[in-house]
Amino acid sequence: MQTTPKAPAAQRSGPMLSRVAHSLYWMSLYIERAENVARLLDVNLQFLLDFQGLSESLPQEHWGSILASSGGAELFAELHGEPDSQNVPEFLAFDQRNPNSILSCVLSARENARMIRDQISSEMWEVINELYLFLRARNAAEVWRAGPYEFFQQVKRYSHQFQGLADSTYPRSEGWDFIQFGKLIERADKTTRILDVKYHILLPTATDVGGAVDTAQWHAVLRSASALDAYRRYYVHEILPWKVADFLIFSDTFPRSLCYCVGRLDGYLHRILGDSPARPRAPAAVAAHDLLADLKSRDIEYVLQMGLHEFLIEVQKSLDRIGDEVVQTTMFFPADPEPEEHQHQQTQQQQQ
Amino acid sequence: MSLFTTRYERASFFDEMFGASGEFRPHYRRLAERLDTLSEGEFNQRRAAVDLAFLRRGVTFTVYDNTEGTERIFPFDLLPRIIPAREWTRIEAGLIQRLTALNLFLHDIYHEQKILKDKVVPAAQVFSAKHFRREFMNFSVPRDVYVHICGSDLIRDHDGNYMVLEDNLRCPSGASYMIENRAAMRRAFPNLFESYRVRPVEGYAETLLKSLLHIAPAGCDHPNVVVLTPGVCNSAYFEHTFLARQMGVPIVEGRDLVVRNSCVYMRTIGGLVPVHVIYRRIDDDFLDPTVFRPDSVLGVPGLVGAYRSGNVSLANSIGTGVADDKVIYAYVPKMIRYYLDEDPILPNVKTYLASEPADRKFILENIGKLVVKSANEAGGYGMLIGPASTEAEIADFRAKVAAQPRNFIAQDPIQLSRAPTWCDGSLEGRHIDLRPYILHGEKITVTPGGLTRVALRRGSLVVNSSQGGGSKDTWVLQGDD
Repeated sequence: MQTTPKAPAAQRSGPMLSRVAHSLYWMSLYIERAENVARLLDVNLQFLLDFQGLSESLPQEHWGSILASSGGAELFAELHGEPDSQNVPEFLAFDQRNPNSILSCVLSARENARMIRDQISSEMWEVINELYLFLRARNAAEVWRAGPYEFFQQVKRYSHQFQGLADSTYPRSEGWDFIQFGKLIERADKTTRILDVKYHILLPTATDVGGAVDTAQWHAVLRSASALDAYRRYYVHEILPWKVADFLIFSDTFPRSLCYCVGRLDGYLHRILGDSPARPRAPAAVAAHDLLADLKSRDIEYVLQMGLHEFLIEVQKSLDRIGDEVVQTTMFFPADPEPEEHQHQQTQQQQQ
Repeated sequence: MSLFTTRYERASFFDEMFGASGEFRPHYRRLAERLDTLSEGEFNQRRAAVDLAFLRRGVTFTVYDNTEGTERIFPFDLLPRIIPAREWTRIEAGLIQRLTALNLFLHDIYHEQKILKDKVVPAAQVFSAKHFRREFMNFSVPRDVYVHICGSDLIRDHDGNYMVLEDNLRCPSGASYMIENRAAMRRAFPNLFESYRVRPVEGYAETLLKSLLHIAPAGCDHPNVVVLTPGVCNSAYFEHTFLARQMGVPIVEGRDLVVRNSCVYMRTIGGLVPVHVIYRRIDDDFLDPTVFRPDSVLGVPGLVGAYRSGNVSLANSIGTGVADDKVIYAYVPKMIRYYLDEDPILPNVKTYLASEPADRKFILENIGKLVVKSANEAGGYGMLIGPASTEAEIADFRAKVAAQPRNFIAQDPIQLSRAPTWCDGSLEGRHIDLRPYILHGEKITVTPGGLTRVALRRGSLVVNSSQGGGSKDTWVLQGDD
């Protein structure tokens, strides 16, 4: 008797495993972070090259402020002590002890991608794997020594390729919402940190304000967010501190501005959390909505009055809360067992 | 190409490609002609391209030689192993016969135990088997199929006779490499396939899915199938995701599953979704911490209860390991005669059981000439190849065998057949085996092909990937040449 196979229809359209959603989120977030760190390092290494010899304390202050804004200052101090143009870039690029170094980010992105290989397109997997192989290959270190510019270009190119491939090969399903959510929350967070770098640089003396170093620093801030060209089209030629901040926080159209990122974030959150009887009104959705409303109703005057740094810290806290709550709401599995034991048992399983 | 003009030593082994007087066997002739048109440079180029493709696609397995666990590609040899139709017909019939008998045996020992009462297989050997699961006595598995996925290892002796070296009835792995190897060969030699009429292996995943759907609990219209993996750290993780993707089913870890009212669910972002069939790649011991090992963090509490209630089916069933115990292996030819009243089509390798006094005496006296294996290890671990071992290693094993006879068997060393393999710039003969994949759904099917593993080290007889083995694509032909 010929029987037709029962089609596993339910699972093809069924909802996504929480763990898979989680991995998509982290994969996307870490790729974005790797790119952002690469851009930040690239811009700032160039900046310091331009002002070599101008002031002896400049490099140290500059790297110190980058560490402070990126949140790795304590770990760095413990490992290296005083920052300089050698140890900070290496710490941020290759140090596996730093969970936010480019290498660590790529390892984490790949590990997450590996766990869900069956869920992403082979093109997406391959580009992450290639980025990993590139960083692991001996010539990455050589490229770095020869001049980091080419190295950063390569990292950024892989990230762009990944995003392009995700865009053109990943179905617009709930998984897509998580990929976008991870990318946008990281992007919004990094924009606040890039702006905050300038705060940590010791206030310039009166004669320096508007001087060559000051302007160049704002220049570097814009380039760290890939925003220089867009800013120039908008404000023609002046690079004024408050305009830079205004642009990076409030622009409606620039893809890395805080306002733009949070607007899109809100949309994806609505799709992830909305309209589910299990979650009538998720706190994360409320928080994102509030943040967006805040950003929409305020302007740069308000921010400067409150203090740029204080404002940015508040935003970072809101973003953290939103990220945590989404994880809590959609990814309900009990806390992991001892990771080491888990790993050990995994390797023990005999595959004959 | 000058591949075959350089001296190729056939030695005294059975060579897959060359006959006794050095002529090409008919089914290899066209391959040889094709290779002849390639320069060594071109050949190397293709080799490099294939290796790179495996690495980029992450077709790797994990070796635990240090704490980190390194991912390696499974070394791949570009010269395929070719099996003509007349040989395959016999292999296929032999494997179907064997798996039929093994399934009857498993049913029998977990129910009436007729074969034990008739003293065809000594009861003590079954009850002392590490993987015999008393808890499942008188439990009826769905559709009476115990082993849904089987990978029995075949070798050829010096006369070219195919023999069964061992059965793998728990979590046989490698099917993904069979499919990936074929894809690599198609890219490297697209034209060769057309002229050769090679039977496709790509149907494996579809047949696997059908076999899994076959055991879905009764009354379930849209069964949800999942692949249960130990996780990303497992050496075969690539394979688990590969098969899940090919079948279009989710891959889950134990922590993704939860049992409520004896039903299994997966945790999704939309809530709990029922699961009906689990292709599990986790050992029995780890499946359910409330029944087997309590320290298991890979399993699902309550899973065995759900299985007993008939709400979820497992492939392979719990307790199949008793039949691939290397001691029980020795009795498979007897099982075939007992249950099917047929002569075994594929013979076993002559095996001595250390638990039997006469055999034990023979083993202890001749250990240096024998291959000694522990009853329950896989992956080429826990074995001694007498002729290739030092005095100290032999003494060590002799003591182990004397102390724990039930845990050891010995076999005459078989001079495995050899196939030409590319080794550092020339073709040399290397020993190979064959793992075909047998699926038991509504009926038993053998995928025409399999994984040919090759011992890359000169003279080595160990083909396991963890021990320096590589693989070849395996071509089963429609015809005989």
